[in-house]
Amino acid sequence: MTESPAPLWEVFIRPRNGLAHRHVGSLHAHDAKMALLSARDIYTRRGETLSIWVVPSSAIVASDPSEKEMMFEPTGSKIYRHPTFYEVPDEVGHM
Amino acid sequence: MYAQALNATDPTPFQAEDPVKLAAFQARIDAEEKIEPNDWMPEQYRRTLIRQISQHAHSEIIGMQPEGNWVTRAPTLKRKAQLLAKIQDEAGHGLYLYAAAETLGVTREELYEQLLSGRAKYSSIFNYPTLTYADMGAIGWLVDGAAIMNQIPLCRCSYGPYARAMILICKEESFHQRQGYDIMIAMCRGTPAQREMAQDALNRFWWPSLMMFGPHDSNSTHSELSMKWKIKRFSNDGLRQKFIDATVPQAQYLGLAVPDPDLRFNAATGHWEHGPIDWDEFKRVLAGDGPCNRQRMKHRRQAEADGAWVREAAAAYAVKRRAPAERAA
Repeated sequence: MTESPAPLWEVFIRPRNGLAHRHVGSLHAHDAKMALLSARDIYTRRGETLSIWVVPSSAIVASDPSEKEMMFEPTGSKIYRHPTFYEVPDEVGHM
Repeated sequence: MYAQALNATDPTPFQAEDPVKLAAFQARIDAEEKIEPNDWMPEQYRRTLIRQISQHAHSEIIGMQPEGNWVTRAPTLKRKAQLLAKIQDEAGHGLYLYAAAETLGVTREELYEQLLSGRAKYSSIFNYPTLTYADMGAIGWLVDGAAIMNQIPLCRCSYGPYARAMILICKEESFHQRQGYDIMIAMCRGTPAQREMAQDALNRFWWPSLMMFGPHDSNSTHSELSMKWKIKRFSNDGLRQKFIDATVPQAQYLGLAVPDPDLRFNAATGHWEHGPIDWDEFKRVLAGDGPCNRQRMKHRRQAEADGAWVREAAAAYAVKRRAPAERAA
């Protein structure tokens, strides 16, 4: 039997409740259960986490960095979306 | 360091890069921006990183062997548990690094093949034998100590995935060095025979540890470009000096003699000056002719072959589990 390469998975961990899962790296595994066990052994040997997500890398849809100008330009020109765009008179104080 | 063999010349010539893209790339590096996997990068940046990260990964994987030699003969259960934890970390470090290298477009299979065929190098230090248990102390203290000196600046490497892997690694490396020094302290406070073992381990590992930093700056051909691209932040000689300055007082505390008759403190510079390094030995070991090169490679190939049935079974099981779902769909 010839060996088939194990698919790639992305690993996300939540260090403690109240925080979002954060991407920490990737690993190879043939199925979800093994990916989860490997993620525990590879990325959480010091009690860093309460929860792990593993996601097949092929399931991630990403924006293209070479098109980032076109993709993100619409927000660049809309400075009125930031609170600092608006002046509050000194007399009014903190708002 | 763990990528000492970077000085080997790359056989494939590089195509001329688009000067506009190259200038934009350099501007990002100069502005301390991180480069991420899908960003444009010069081919030579990519290849240098693949080689450096994979040599580093291979070193972690081969580096488990010298220590594995003493797991079953560790003096106490505590020491055995510590040694196992350290070896497990090395495996983890190897895996973080392989994953970082893969983001540059090389596959895990290619990386393994390069190691097993002997085309890829790993650090010369792991080709020295571990003759006594005191070597576990010397390796943690000196080898991991030298690794930390090199790895802390790598946390700021311009390539994002490598820098992030190094941050994970550095957090764990500190435990390695301290547990090594802890073994040295216990031995130096022990019987005369134990002190002698500790001295013997220092004698054998001192010079190979200094060689870990790679050739003298004047002979380090890839350094300039690596510095410019912020893959590397300090020169080989600079890091070596830092290591010596930090380590000599630690040896003095242990009451051990550093095996260098020329070692002396220069009060004017505040640095320890060392005697000549045997670069012929360094080249020999790196080229495959060290005390344990053949044994290390033979063991690695055997482990890979012995594990094949496990990988095949895991793949077959995954296919079997997927099949009913696919039929239903």
